[in-house]
Amino acid sequence: MLPLRLALIVSALSPGVVLAAELNLQPPVTSVARSIYDLHTLLLYITVAIVVIVFSVMFYAIIRHRKSAGRSAKQFHENTTVEIIWTAIPLLILVGMAWPATQAILAQKSTRGEDMTVKVTGYQWKWQYDYLDDGVAFMSHLTTPRDGTLKTAGGPYLLEVDEPLVVPTGKKVRLLLTANDVIHSWWVPALGVKQDAIPGYVRDTWFKVDKPGVYRGQCAELCGKDHGFMPIVVDARSPEDYQQWLAAKKVAAAAKAEDPNKVWTLPELMARGEKVYLQNCVACHMANGAGVPGTFPALAGSKIATTDKPGHIDMVLNGSKKNAAMAAWGKQLSDTEIAAVISYERNAWGNNTGDAVQPKDIKAARGGKV
Amino acid sequence: MQGHGTAAGEESAAQQTRYFVPPPSRWPLVGAVALFCIGLGAAFALNGMLLGPLSLGAGVAILVWMLVGWFRDVIRESRAGSYRAREDMSFRWGMGWFIFSEVMFFAAFFGALYYVRVIALPELGDETHKLLWPDFNPAWPLQTAPGIDAVYQAMGAWGLPAINTAILLSSGGTLTWAHWGMIEGKRSQLAWGLGITVLLGMLFLSLQAYEYHHALSELGLSFASGAYGMTFYMMTGFHGMHVLVGTLILAVIWVRVLRGHFSEHNHFAFEAAAWYWHFVDVVWLLLFVFVYWL
Amino acid sequence: MNIADGTQVASHIQHDKPRGLARWLFATNHKDIGTLYLWFSFAMFISGGVMALGIRAELFSPGLQFWQPELFNQLTTLHGLVMVFGAIMPAFTGLANWMLPLMIGAPDMAFARMNNWSFWLLPPAALLLMISFWVPGGAAAAGWTLYAPLSTQGGMGTDLTIFAIHILGVSSIMGAINIVVTVLNLRAPGMTLMKMPMFAWASLITAYLIIAVMPVLAGVVTMVLTDRHFGTHFFNAAGGGDPVMYQHIFWFFGHPEVYIMALPAFGIVSQVIPTFARKPLFGYTSMVYATSSIAILSFMVWAHHMFTTGMPATAQLFFMYATMLIAVPTGVKVFNWVATMWEGAMTFETPMLFAIGFVMLFTIGGLSGVILSVAAVDIQLQDTYYVVAHFHYVLVAGALFSLFSAVYYWFPKMTGKMYSEKLGQLHFWWSLVWFNITFFPMHFLGLAGMPRRIPDYALQFTDFNAIASVGAFMFGFGQLIFFYNMVRSIRHGQPAPQKPWEGANTLEWAIATPAPYHSFVVAPQLEVGDNGVILEMKGGEHH
Ligand code: HEA
Ligand code: HEA
Ligand code: HEC
Ligand code: CUA
Ligand SMILES: [Cu+2]
Repeated sequence: MLPLRLALIVSALSPGVVLAAELNLQPPVTSVARSIYDLHTLLLYITVAIVVIVFSVMFYAIIRHRKSAGRSAKQFHENTTVEIIWTAIPLLILVGMAWPATQAILAQKSTRGEDMTVKVTGYQWKWQYDYLDDGVAFMSHLTTPRDGTLKTAGGPYLLEVDEPLVVPTGKKVRLLLTANDVIHSWWVPALGVKQDAIPGYVRDTWFKVDKPGVYRGQCAELCGKDHGFMPIVVDARSPEDYQQWLAAKKVAAAAKAEDPNKVWTLPELMARGEKVYLQNCVACHMANGAGVPGTFPALAGSKIATTDKPGHIDMVLNGSKKNAAMAAWGKQLSDTEIAAVISYERNAWGNNTGDAVQPKDIKAARGGKV
Repeated sequence: MQGHGTAAGEESAAQQTRYFVPPPSRWPLVGAVALFCIGLGAAFALNGMLLGPLSLGAGVAILVWMLVGWFRDVIRESRAGSYRAREDMSFRWGMGWFIFSEVMFFAAFFGALYYVRVIALPELGDETHKLLWPDFNPAWPLQTAPGIDAVYQAMGAWGLPAINTAILLSSGGTLTWAHWGMIEGKRSQLAWGLGITVLLGMLFLSLQAYEYHHALSELGLSFASGAYGMTFYMMTGFHGMHVLVGTLILAVIWVRVLRGHFSEHNHFAFEAAAWYWHFVDVVWLLLFVFVYWL
Repeated sequence: MNIADGTQVASHIQHDKPRGLARWLFATNHKDIGTLYLWFSFAMFISGGVMALGIRAELFSPGLQFWQPELFNQLTTLHGLVMVFGAIMPAFTGLANWMLPLMIGAPDMAFARMNNWSFWLLPPAALLLMISFWVPGGAAAAGWTLYAPLSTQGGMGTDLTIFAIHILGVSSIMGAINIVVTVLNLRAPGMTLMKMPMFAWASLITAYLIIAVMPVLAGVVTMVLTDRHFGTHFFNAAGGGDPVMYQHIFWFFGHPEVYIMALPAFGIVSQVIPTFARKPLFGYTSMVYATSSIAILSFMVWAHHMFTTGMPATAQLFFMYATMLIAVPTGVKVFNWVATMWEGAMTFETPMLFAIGFVMLFTIGGLSGVILSVAAVDIQLQDTYYVVAHFHYVLVAGALFSLFSAVYYWFPKMTGKMYSEKLGQLHFWWSLVWFNITFFPMHFLGLAGMPRRIPDYALQFTDFNAIASVGAFMFGFGQLIFFYNMVRSIRHGQPAPQKPWEGANTLEWAIATPAPYHSFVVAPQLEVGDNGVILEMKGGEHH
C-alpha cells in the first residue's frame, strides 16, 4: 500500500530527480566546493584501501587459520618491529591527508577581498537577506504548502522559497551571518558553504559561483519545530541579469513603502494582517490561533488578544520577557504590518473585539524608537 | 592479602584475610526515591505547579533521613572494627577520586569564566560586532552588557572578600592544628582546633550572606547582571554550598571527637573531612584571584 | 536480618544469599547489582529502540505521516539520551560489576553498598525522562546535545531532562569511583596492573574518563537551568554570554563520552578474540598504552563537533590534527586484534562472531570518523545523515555488538546455563545484515545533502530512507531473537561446564559455574601472564 502510494507520488512529482539514486556530494559550483569534493574523493580512496588491506588480512586468517581447517594456534604474541611499523604507516597516511586538507581550510577561511556583502539573519523559521551595499532587504520563506499533501508551489518539495537570495556569478560574495533567536546554519551544498548563524554574534563566510543556476540547501542546525522547513535557495545570475534584478528590486521596495500615516479600515487591516500572520506567526500560533498546548499559547480567546490592547501591542512589538521564542517583532515588521497583524488577531477566530489598531498607534508605542 | 604498601603495616595486612562487604541495606533505595522526588519536585516547582514544592520538600526530608541512617550504619561499622587497612585504603582512594570529580565540576565554571572574558566579550566588542552591538564596551569587570540596560557595580576584592580569604585560610590552619592533636593524642587540642574551624566556617558563611545582601541592595548586582553577575553568583554560590556542606561534616566529626571516636591511627573520617575542607579552601583561593581580584 | 542494623555486620560476609524482592532492592552483591544493571539497560535499549522505530517510521516516506515535527524532535532527543545514558553506559557498568571482581580476584566491589545506590539511581532518572513526554510542552526537543539557546526555549520537559542528567551523573560517577577503587585496591596477590585483563584496563580508564567529564556535563546543564529560570545569560549574547560556549563545554564532556562508550568495547573484544583464536592477545602492552593514549587525546579534540560554528582557521587546524591522531592508537588496537587472529586456531561461536563483526564495522565507522575529522570536508557533512551513519557504526555495530559478544561470552558463567548457539548465530547474521541495510545508505543520504533531525525531506532522499526504515524494523525484530534466547536459556538451557570455551584462561573461568554467590571471600595467590591469563592459582575461598 504505502510503497505503491509512494511510487505514485514520486512519479507524479519529479520523476527524473527522484529515482536517480544520489550517491555522492552534489556537483560543486564554486572553487571551495570543488576542493571539498576532490578532498573527499581522495579520503574515500585512502580509506577504502585501508579497509581492503585490513579486511583481506583478517579474512585470510578467518578462512585459513581456523580450528576446523585443522590448525593449531601458534603462541607468539609480541613483535616490537611490526608494532612500530603499524604505528608509523598510519601516521604517514594521516600526514598525507592533512596536507591537502590544510590548504583547503585556509582557502575556505579567506573571507575578505569581497565584491559584495550580504547580511544573513536566521529566524525561526525563515531567512532574512540584507544587501548591505545596496540597501535591499527581504525575508525568504518556505512556499511548499504544509498540509501534508506533498504538493509543491512550483519547485522541489520543501526546497522552494518565495524570495531566493539572488547573487551575481563570478563575484566574491561575503556573507555576514547572525541569528535572531536560536542557532541556525546556512548551508548550500553546491556552494560548499555551511556556516552557523549564532544569535548575538556575527560570523562570516564566502562563495563565488561559477555558473548561473539555482542552488538549493537548507538550515543545518536543529532550531526547533520547523527546522526541517527552512530552505535556502540561491539564484546565481550573470552580473548583468543581477544588476537588472537589483534595480527592479529597488523600485519595488520604493513602491511598497506604505504611508505610515494612512488610516486603514478594519477589513483592510484584516486582509493585510492575515498575510502577515501566515508569514510570521502561523508556525507557532497555528492557522486557527490555537497554538501548541504547553509550548506556544493560543491566541484565539486569549486574554491579551481579547482585552489588554496595550499589552498585546507590547508583546508583539517587544517580544516576551519570559520566553525568547516570542520574538520582538518590532525589529522585523513595519508599523503597518504590526498594526495589521494585531488587528487581525483581535478579530479573527471569534476574537471579535472590533479593534482596529492603526500604524500610528504602533509608532506611538515605539516611543519614537525604531 | 597482598601488601600494596598500605600505611597500616604488615601486621594488620596479614591479619586481614577478608574484605568487609556490608550486608544488604535499604538506604540506597531510600536515597534513590529521595532524588527522584527532588528532581520531579524541582522541575514542577520551577514551572509553577503545586505538586512541585510538596515533592521537593518530601524529597529533601527523605534525603536527610537517608543520610543520617546511612552514616549511622557506617559509623557503627567503623566502631565495630570492620574497617581495617584495606578498607581504609579504599576509602582513601574513593575520597580522592570524589574530590577529583568536584574539581572537574568547578573546572566547568572556571572554564566558562575564562571563555566569556577571553573569547566572548572581546569578540562582542570588536569591529564586526558593531553591526549588532554598536555601543558595547567589553571592559572587565563588566558594568553592563550588550543587551542589558541596567547598570551595576562589580564587587571589590579588598574588602570583605579579603577578610573571608583570611578566615578560610586560618580555618585551614586550625584544622591542621587539630589534626596534629589527633595524631599526637592531644584530645583537647583536637577538640578545640576542630571547634574553631567549624566556627570559622560559620563566620565565613555569615559574611558571605552579608556580602550578597550588599551586592543585591547596594551594587545592583544580581544573577541577571550579565556575564559578571552570573559568574560571580554561580561560582561563589556553588563554593558557598560546599563550605556549608564542609562545615556540617566537620561539625559531625567534632561531635564524634567529643564522644571519643577515632584513635591516633584510625581516623579516616576526620581526614576525609579535612581533605574536603582543604579542597574547598583551594577553590576559594582561585575564586579570590579570578573572580574578585583580576 | 535487620538490614538497617549495623551492629550485626562485624562478622564479615556471613549474610547469605537474601531472597525475594529484598535481594534486588537492597543488594550489596556485585553479581546481583550487575544483573540489575544489565536488565535495566536492556529495557532502555528497547525503549530507545522503539523511539528509533518511531523516527524511522516517519522517515519511511516524505510528508508527515505519524508525528508532528515537535514530537519528532522529542523522539530524536530522547532516543539519543536513552541509548547513550540508559542503554550503553549502564550495560558496560553492569558488565564491569559482574566480571571485574571475578577477573581480578576481588571479594566484591570496593563500596558494595554505594554500588547499589549507583544502580538504583538509574530507574528514577529514566522515569523522569519518560514522564517528560507527558508534561505540558512534551519532552526535551533540542537534540541529545541540548544546545543552548534552543534548550533554553523548551518547556518543562527540558527541566526534567536536566535533573535526570544530574541524577545520571551522580550514578555514573559513583559507579566509576567504585570501579577505579576496586581495580586499584582489590586485585588478588599476583594480579598486577600490567598483567591484568584488558577488560579491567578498559574499565579503569573508562571510569577515569567518567569521573573527569560527567561533572562537566552536570555543570553545563546547570547553566542552562539558570539561564532558563534565574535570569543568567551564560548562553545569551545580550548579557555577554555566548551560545557557542555551551558547545565547547558540552563537547569537552561529549567527546570523551563517546570513548566512554568505546573503550569498554575494546576491552571486551580483547578478551573474546584471544579466547576463540586460542592464542594470547597480541601486543598486550601496546594495547594498554594505546587505550591510555586514546583517553588522553580524547580531551583535546572536542571542537571537531563544531567546525561549522566559525572558529578561526588555526583552531580548526589544531582540532583537526588532534582528532586525526586518534586514528593511530585505534589503528594499533585493530591491527593487534587481527594479529591475534593470525595463525590462531579459530572457532566461531556467537561471542566471536560479534567480536569480528565489531572489528569490521567499528573500523568502517572509525574511518568515516576520520573523514569527518578533516574540517574542510566536515563543512559539507556536519549535521547530515553522514554523521548519523558514522556514529551508528561505532555505537550500534561498535558498542552494542561488543555488548552482545560479552553477554554471550559470559552468559554461562553468570547463569550456569548455555545459551542456544543456533539462535545466537541467527541473531548475529540477522543483525549484521540488517544493520548494514539500515545504516549504510545513510552515508549516501548525508553526502547528497540530507540534514539530520528533520521529520520530512526533499524527494530525492526517498529511496534510501525507505530502505533504511525497512532495515531498522528488521534489525529491531532480530533483537527479539536475542531476548527469547536469553530468557529461554536462563530457564531451560543446558547446564554449562566450568569452562565452556576451550581457549578461555582468565580468572573467572578458574572458578565454578555458575559463579558462587560470594567468590574470592579469601583471595587466591596467583601467577598471571599478559592479559590476565592465569598460570597458577593457590587458595581462595568462596561460598
Ligand atoms: C563510540 C562512539 C564513537 C567513537 C569511537 C568515535 C570515533 C571517532 N569519531 Fe565520532 N562521533 C560519535 C561517536 C563516536 N565517534 C558520535 C555519537 C558523534 C555525533 C554526536 C552528535 O553530534 O550527536 C560523532 C561525531 C563525530 C564528528 C563530528 C561530526 C559532525 O558533527 O560534523 C567527528 C569529526 O571529527 C568524529 C570523528 C571521530 C574520529 C576521528 C573517531 C576515531 O576515534 C576513530 C578511530 C578509528 C579508526 C580510524 C579506524 C581504525 C584505524 C585503522 C584501521 C588505522 C588506519 C587508519 C588511518 C590511517 C586513517 N565523530
Ligand atoms: C547509543 C546508542 C544508540 C543506539 C544503540 C541507536 C540505535 C538506533 N538508532 Fe540511533 N541515535 C543515537 C544513538 C543510538 N542509536 C544518538 C546519540 C542519536 C542522535 C540523537 C540526536 O540527534 O540528538 C541517534 C539518532 C538516530 C537517528 C537520527 C534521528 C534524527 O536525526 O532525526 C536515527 C534515524 O534513523 C536513528 C536510528 C536508530 C536505529 C534504527 C537504531 C536501532 O539500532 C535500534 C534497534 C532497536 C530496536 C528496534 C528495539 C528493540 C527491539 C524491539 C522493541 C522488538 C520489537 C521490534 C519490532 C516490532 C520490529 N538514531
Ligand atoms: C517561534 C515561535 C513564535 C512565533 C513565530 C510567534 N510567537 Fe507569539 N508567542 C510565542 C510564545 C512562546 C509565546 C508565549 C510567551 C510568554 O509566555 O511570555 C507567545 C505569545 C504571544 C502573544 C501573547 C499571548 C497570550 O495570551 O499571552 C501574542 C499576542 C503573540 N504571541 C503574537 C504573535 C504574533 C503577532 C506573531 C507574528 C508576528 C507571533 N506571536 C509569532 C511564540 C511565537
Ligand atoms: Cu533553522 Cu534549523
Ligand atoms: Cu567527538
